[in-house]
This record gives sequence, C-alpha cells and structure tokens, in this order.
Amino acid sequence: MNRSWLLWAPLAVTACIGGLATYGLVVPKDEQVRSAMIGQKLPEFALPPATQGVLPLSNTDMGDGKPRLLNIFASWCIPCKAEAPQLEALEAAGVEIDGIAIRDRPEDVAAFLDEFGNPYRRIGGDSEMAVQLKLGSSGVPETYVIAADGTILFQHIGDIRTEHVPMLIEKLKATK
Amino acid sequence: MIAEAGLAALWLAASMALIQFIAGLTLLRAGTGLLVPLIKPAAYVQGALCTFAFFALMWLFYVTDLSVLLVANNSHIDKPLIFKLAGTWGNHEGSMLLWVTILSVSGSAIAFLEKRIEAKTLSATLAVQGFLALGFFAFLLFSSNPFERLVPAPIAGAGLNPLLQDVGLAFHPPTLYFGYVGLSIAFSFAVGALLTNQVGPAFARAMRPWVLGAWIFLTIGIAAGSYWAYYELGWGGWWFWDPVENASLMPWLAATALLHSVSVLASRNALRAWTIMLALVAFAMSMAGTFLVRSGILTSVHAFAVDPERGSFILALMLLYTGLAFVIFALRIGTVKQGEPFQLLSREGGIVANNIFLSVILAVVLIGTLYPLAAEAVGDKISVGPPYFNKATVPVAVLLMLALLVGPLLRWRRDDLGRLKYWFIGAAAILLLSCLAIWKFAPEIGIFPLLGIALSIALAVAAWMPLRGRKLLRTPAPVFGMVIAHFGLAVSVFGMAAESGFSSETLTALAPGESAKVAGWEVKLNDVNPVAGDNWVAVEGDMVAAKNGNEFVLHPQSRHFFTPPMQTSEAALLTRWNGQLYAVIAQPDQEGDGRWQVRLWWKPFVTFIWFGALLIALGGAIALLGRMFRRTKKPARSAWQAE
Repeated sequence: MNRSWLLWAPLAVTACIGGLATYGLVVPKDEQVRSAMIGQKLPEFALPPATQGVLPLSNTDMGDGKPRLLNIFASWCIPCKAEAPQLEALEAAGVEIDGIAIRDRPEDVAAFLDEFGNPYRRIGGDSEMAVQLKLGSSGVPETYVIAADGTILFQHIGDIRTEHVPMLIEKLKATK
Repeated sequence: MIAEAGLAALWLAASMALIQFIAGLTLLRAGTGLLVPLIKPAAYVQGALCTFAFFALMWLFYVTDLSVLLVANNSHIDKPLIFKLAGTWGNHEGSMLLWVTILSVSGSAIAFLEKRIEAKTLSATLAVQGFLALGFFAFLLFSSNPFERLVPAPIAGAGLNPLLQDVGLAFHPPTLYFGYVGLSIAFSFAVGALLTNQVGPAFARAMRPWVLGAWIFLTIGIAAGSYWAYYELGWGGWWFWDPVENASLMPWLAATALLHSVSVLASRNALRAWTIMLALVAFAMSMAGTFLVRSGILTSVHAFAVDPERGSFILALMLLYTGLAFVIFALRIGTVKQGEPFQLLSREGGIVANNIFLSVILAVVLIGTLYPLAAEAVGDKISVGPPYFNKATVPVAVLLMLALLVGPLLRWRRDDLGRLKYWFIGAAAILLLSCLAIWKFAPEIGIFPLLGIALSIALAVAAWMPLRGRKLLRTPAPVFGMVIAHFGLAVSVFGMAAESGFSSETLTALAPGESAKVAGWEVKLNDVNPVAGDNWVAVEGDMVAAKNGNEFVLHPQSRHFFTPPMQTSEAALLTRWNGQLYAVIAQPDQEGDGRWQVRLWWKPFVTFIWFGALLIALGGAIALLGRMFRRTKKPARSAWQAE
C-alpha cells in the first residue's frame, strides 16, 4: 500500500492554516456589528419627548411618504457633539432628521440642544435603550436612512463626518 | 549607553546564531563538516550575549530610563519597583527578548550538558536551534527593537495596563515562554534526529527532560492564568475558551501527548514516527499561540500589542519553520525504521489511547479557535464559545479519564485481561457507586458534572494503584511523579465538575446595612468606603459573611486607575476547605438611591482546580528531578524500563 501522500498531510494542513491566517491579516477587519434590521420595516415604538419643547417620536411618525434620517445620540456622547455641525448641514440641505436620545436626562438634552443646535424634527427619549436595541443599534451615535414607507435602508455607525454628508444625501435621494 | 550596548549584544548574538546554522549546513553535505567545531562555542557565546542584552533592558527599566521608547511607553516613575522590573517582559518587545534569551540559554545548556546522543545529532540539533533563534533575532532587530530611543525623553512615562499590574500576571507570561521554548528544543532535537537518522531511545532520553520541563511550566502557566482571570476579571469563571487561552492550551495538549509517547520511545523503542510528529506539532502550536496573541486576528480579551506587521512576521516564521519541518518529516520519515511491536492491551496501547484522545481534543480546540476566521473568509461573522468547546471536548475527556483508570497498570508489550479483571470490576464498581450516590444526593446535576465527579473519585483511587506491591523506598522517582500527576488530574477534574455542577449565584443591589443570601451564607454590606493605592483609588465594600455562627470580613473593591484610565474589579475571595465565596462590588446604581451592585457566588471546591494543576506540575517536577539525580548517580537507564 502506498501511503506516502499521507506524509504530506501535515504540510497541507499547515498550508491551509497559513492561508487562513494570512487572509485574516490581510483582509481589513470589520469590527462593526451591522444591524440585522436593515431591509426591514421600523419596529413599533412610541417614545416620549426627550425634553420640554420637542415633539415625541413613534414609528408611525416616520414612513409617512417622506424619506428621513433617524439619528441616535446622547448628550453624554462626545462624538455626538462632533457630528452636530454635519447634522446642521444636512438639515440646511433640506433633510428631515428625527432623533432618539439614549439614556439621557431631559435637562441634559436641553443643554445639549442649546449648545450644539437642534436640527431635529422630533426627538424621542429612550431612557432604557429599549428602542435602540429594537433597531439593532449597538452604540451612539448611529444614523439610519429610513425610506418613505418606513423601511430601514442603511445604517451609518459612528459620527457623521463632513465627507459622509453627500453620501447620506445621495442615499436619501436614491429612495425616491 | 546601556541601551546601545544591549542592541550591539543582540546583533552579535544573531551573528552567532547564523554561524551555528551555517556550520550545521556543512554537516548535511557528505563531508566531515569543516565548521562543525564552531557550533558549540557559538551556542555558548550566543547564550551569554542574550543574557547580557536581557539584563541591560532590565536595568533600563530598573532606573526608568525614559529616553528608551519601550520604557517610556510601558513604565512610569511612580510604579512600584516589582512592576517596573516585570515591565521588562510585560510588553511585546521585552517579552520577545525574553523568548530569545531563554532560547539561547537553553541552546548553551544543551551544548554543555547533552552527552547521550551522537555528536553529529547534537550538532544538527544545535544548528536547528540556531536557525530558530535567527528568525526571532530578525524579528527583534527589524520590527521590535526593545532598545529604541525616544527623543526628547518624556518626564513621567505612559504607565502599564493596570490589569497587568498584578504579581501573578507579572510571572504568567515568562512561565508560558519557558514552556514554549522548551518545546522549541524538543523540535530541534526531533529535526536533528530526523536529519541524522537517529530516531531512537537515546534521542528520546535526550529530548524527554526538555519536554517534561516545558510541560511543567506550561501547566503552571495555564493554571496561573486561569486563576488570574478568575479573581481579576470579576466574572466568576475560570476558563472562557478565549482564543488566547486556547493558544496556551493547544501546546499543552500536544506536550502532554508528547510526554507520554516519548516515554514509550525511550523505554520501548516504539512509536518513533509518531513521537517525531508530536514534537513538531507541539512547537507548531507554540508558534501558533504566539501568533494568535500577537497578531490580534482573533478578537480576544488579551489582545495587547496588536500589530499586523508583527503578526505577519510571526506568521512567516511559523510557516517557515513548521513547513520546513513537515517537508523534512515527509522526506525523511521513510528512513525511520518500524519500532518494536506491541499488543493492544499493553502499556503502549494505553499510551496510544491517551495520545489519540489528546490529539482529538487538540483538533477540536484548534478547529473551534480557527473556525471564526474561516467563517469570516466566506463572509460570515461567527464566534465560537463555550457551548461548542464544552460539548465537543468533555466527552473525549471522559474517555481519556476512563483509559487512565487502567492504562498505568498495564504491562509493557502485552498484558492479559485475566490479571486485571479484579481491578476492572473494582474500578467499575467505584464509578457506578459514585454515580448513584451523587445522583441520589443531587438529582438535578447535569450528566457531565456527574460523570466528572464520579470519574475523579475513581481516578483518585486508581492513580495510586501503580504503587501497589512495590517497595516504596526502592520505587523510582518518575513512578511517584506519574502517580502524583494523575492524582492531581483527579483533584483538578473534581474541582471543575463540582464548580460547574453546584455553583450558586446572587446578583443584587444592596444599601449599607442590607444583606443577601447565597448557598447558606448570609452576606451583609456594612459600609462602602473610598480607599487609595499607589496609582489607583477605589470604593471598597465592607462586608461580613456569616454561616453557622462563623463570621468573616470581605473587602471587594472596584478600582479606578489613572495611567491609563481604567476600571478594574478586585473580587474578595473567602476560601474555605470546601469552596470559595466570591464577592464583587460594582459602581453604584445609576438611580443614585445609595444602593451598590453586589454579586455573590458560592463555588464549591473551586480551589481544587488549581491545587490539582499544581499537583500535576509537582508530579512532573518529581519525575524530572528524579531522572536528573539518577543520571548523575548511575549511567543512563530509564526508570520506567526498570519496572
């Protein structure tokens, strides 16, 4: 019986592991956890106003025939402060933005809006992260593109930088 | 100045390794090997230079010379002295220097001490050793220079990860390195013996102490790491099947198998090709472990020094060494003659069973560790966790334990069932009775904890059986070593099974003055106080745990470090003979109603896990020292052969 090919098996296994490891090193790692909700309708929720003087937010407020951005933020989140000018720019470009404030206090949200401006149409307060979890979001800030019929089309993880603004506007336009 | 001297010493040591390798190559050619006489002196000088470089780095850490980049990044003028010194190897560059230093010093030791194998085989072994060292020198000098300067020098230093600021952990990595390097020597011996066609008992006896030593260090290193994770991470678990834990477990599994098969080769001249294979695999696993830790390609709590360039370097070294070794294996193993025959029911057969089960566990762990990577390659994101590992490894471990009840009692070459039938019946009876008793006492316990406890009870008896009928004073030390190590395994498995079958847990929020109950203990939170250490502040719970009228004070802490800012939890452990009470306090509830989150566990017999591991290592040490002592007294004759 000729078993000499068997002697090369360890080398073959090593080569496979090596190939796998090389792949792991070369291919950039996507550390972000994408929401499983992309492509689905918004989950049902109804949030109270995040602070005095803003409108509450429920899923029926979106998907009313107009595509919008849904921005998840918090007054205690530093990247959220950094993305505020970009949200203002989007609003100035005619984009409607709804917000959800995560684990926040009304007075802190008010102070945040005073300092960084209020680009939002409505802001729901999600003090227990319940809606955030339903959306499949794992952090703040995150921004979703919601289609005119309420479908979640796209999830942007992390703060919106200047270079992301045209991309988001494109995505919104593409929904029409 | 010191830094430059250290660097120069490293370059010189690398050139010594090169000389060793080139001189070894001349050996391969049919001639006598013109440069061969250079090999031993080169090995000595290489060891001395590396030792110098390592102590130079340690000196720089001792005086906290912040003009050295590594010191500035990893030390701090306010750090306690012991951690300053531990900082020498508590980082990527320093730990690689330690690796190479141990490698070189071991090379010198082989050159100086090894007299049993043929001169040619020894030269080949040292040449392989030089080739290995050369790769790591290149790694140090080209991509991880520990002596790099920083201009201008900072005034304070950037601290050390506070999680790593722990006496246990200061000694955990070097312990594992001793293990990994020991296996590199087994690797060099194996390749040397293959190249010079000397795979036989003499080679096995030369290799065995290194395997045994490596295995002892790996055992201690893994146990220490497990205990550290247990009390420092505050999750109450002692093994998480984290990729980096697996990275240290895989070489251990291979080394355990190798340790057993090398004994067969040394005593009985059987299992030749298999022993060589295991020696290569064991070192390949050490390299893979180093690669997994350093490259950060798998997500792990341990991932420090994540750097793709270094990852690629180690990967290249791993593939080079392992690949070349397997090529040599495939080409040369045909020249290794069949070893002595044996029957299935024999000591050899038992050890083959041990090897098969250990190899299966190793394969299961390897596949589970690499699977997420393979899944990612086809576009899936998966993490493989304890459910897979436990389900896949525990049944094999049960078979391994069953084999261990009988294996050490078997005779070499062949044995007959009749001789052992009473012991078979006895062992089965102990197993069955233990199962029934546990089941009666705790019917809700799972099948594996039940089997684990029953098997460990049976093994605790079976482990001592090889001493039956022997004159204890004349019994060779390695037999005692084996008995103690197997008994240690029983102790350790008992702890694991009891902990996983009978732990109880309470998670609650307590205001000062309130109390909570867990497993018959009443734990009262008296007060919470701020405390401060060298470079941290903490809130400390003042708790009293009471059971049966006895009271004990517990002080769990939630620590906050400044450089770098980080939160850690210091669990309070109350150790009783039959288990541990484990208390963790967290920062106050967000609501701010004056309650503190408190988590309590009662973990029955959990300390047995680590005591068992220490016994296993002790058994190894007794066998190792016994052999070394014997060798100086009498000419080489295997202790196990003496049976």
